[in-house]
Amino acid sequence: MYQRPTYLPAGDRALSIELGNAIAPEISARVRALYIAIEERAVPGVLELVPTYRAILVYYDPLLVTYAELVDHLEALEATQATAPPSAPRVVEIPTVYGGEYGPDLEHVSEHCGLPEDEVIRIHSGTDYLIYMMGFTPGFPYLGGMSDHIATPRLQTPRTIIPAGSVGIAEKQTGVYPTESPGGWQLIGRTPVRLFDPGREPPVMVEAGDYLRFVSVTENTFRQLEEQVRSGEYQAVVRAAEGQSE
Amino acid sequence: MAASGALDEFSLRVANILVGNDEGAAALELTFSGARLRFLAPTMVSLTGADLGPELNGTPVARWEAVPVDRDDVLSLGQVRAGIRGYLAVAGGIDVPRVLGSRSTYSRSKLGGFDGRPLQARDILRCVPPGGRLRGKKTPASSIPDLGHVHELRVVLGPQADAFTADGVRTFLSSTYSVTNLSDRTGYRLEGPAVEHVSGADMISDGIPLGAVQITGDGMPIVLLADRGTTGGYTKIATMISTDIPGLAQAIPGDTVTFNSVTVDEAHRALREREQVLDELKALPYTEYEGHRYRVRVDGSEHEAVSRLAEIDPEAPTTSPRPAGRTVRVTSGGATYSFDVEVEVEVE
Repeated sequence: MYQRPTYLPAGDRALSIELGNAIAPEISARVRALYIAIEERAVPGVLELVPTYRAILVYYDPLLVTYAELVDHLEALEATQATAPPSAPRVVEIPTVYGGEYGPDLEHVSEHCGLPEDEVIRIHSGTDYLIYMMGFTPGFPYLGGMSDHIATPRLQTPRTIIPAGSVGIAEKQTGVYPTESPGGWQLIGRTPVRLFDPGREPPVMVEAGDYLRFVSVTENTFRQLEEQVRSGEYQAVVRAAEGQSE
Repeated sequence: MAASGALDEFSLRVANILVGNDEGAAALELTFSGARLRFLAPTMVSLTGADLGPELNGTPVARWEAVPVDRDDVLSLGQVRAGIRGYLAVAGGIDVPRVLGSRSTYSRSKLGGFDGRPLQARDILRCVPPGGRLRGKKTPASSIPDLGHVHELRVVLGPQADAFTADGVRTFLSSTYSVTNLSDRTGYRLEGPAVEHVSGADMISDGIPLGAVQITGDGMPIVLLADRGTTGGYTKIATMISTDIPGLAQAIPGDTVTFNSVTVDEAHRALREREQVLDELKALPYTEYEGHRYRVRVDGSEHEAVSRLAEIDPEAPTTSPRPAGRTVRVTSGGATYSFDVEVEVEVE
């Protein structure tokens, strides 16, 4: 983590605030705290924020505020919020059916790691994963904290179509494909939950700073939940994060 | 979520101003080759950006100015002659639903615009009825950008300029790059002398601003545009100034590109000058147009009819509207100004 954030121009309509140069929970927490502070204060001229692992990209309107003015505003804000704790993180449950047609690569992951499939599922669903950032395609969460024991390299050749809701592993990362897209991750399961739905308010279900917890469900439960998602009745299971002291 | 929207924002804004729309109203972006569009009602249109050799009912028609069109008129756009993206604005703006606050199409995620996809033959687009009278104006010649094959682009160095050696930065700012075929709404991939990193192209993924110049592992620049992903993990040596992005958006494969470094303040000065050009265009008066409406009997039944659109002379005394002889056109139904536009896109 840097002692002081670094402010860098990113063209004439954005600047980057860098808070460190590593993927680490404490840097992520600081990114989140500053992100919330900027959002809440409605800083003049600020249009949009893109918080990431260790930086925040701030889009601004240069016809409303100069670069120097904006940096002054943000530095003042950063000094005042340094000690304010961010709101309590939440854990969003992701019901997942593992293996079979839903997770065609579970067998491969099991072989690669030398663990029975049950054990892979137990490890994968036994941790709360911090969402470090959102990006790539709409609603795609970059998760951290997966066990090395189930880490598996990407597929040699990416699939051209991966169904929405697919849960995958790529090296030490795990994640969920929010929409149908191409991809090379090892698919171990699928969730009926739609992390991105343009017709829903808000369209993106989770945000950086939240935790995801995969919960193993049966195919029957998957079908029922899928129906609830389709009819708009599905309510995500959300609880306050406890003991997230990293 | 990608911002999407017009790649050549200047041309879009001018096209809308010319027909009296909000600058950000939905319009068509026509890339490389054209389309044939039939209008189902009289309206005003304007074409800016690339030169697609536009013809109205077979006769060449001016770009960068508002043009009145009538019911059943056919606007044909051909292969590009200069630039690559043409913009067609229609009075009122094209009426597609707002998705996440935008009417633009993001085809990679099949979102927004017209069913989230490029238009196809026989699609019918509705337009928002314009608030007042149909009106139009012309862009002064001095405000029309040149569409050349040599693009001098200004950049602000960073945010990761320190990930490159001094030689790498020098190479980037002194070399000529050419636009490759791998260039689209997501980004322009360039080819030329390799830019040297200090230690590799990868970094911890972060936000990608519009116009960011990423240098990939092979040392080649990619300039990221409207349909870029929100985040990425290649180092960004520089970011294009927003005033110069419309110029790059009109570059075609084979065009050459050079990068010149400016300060943020210089970039903002250039932006204010660009806004001044648009403010001056907005301040120019509009000519108003009108088609006389009246009722005619055809085969024993009454229809509403409208004459060809004609300029309204503000000096002329008000007289009762008269049909203009042979140019009378009969509309079916009463909604003469429903502004339906039928689009027939020729698919090769």
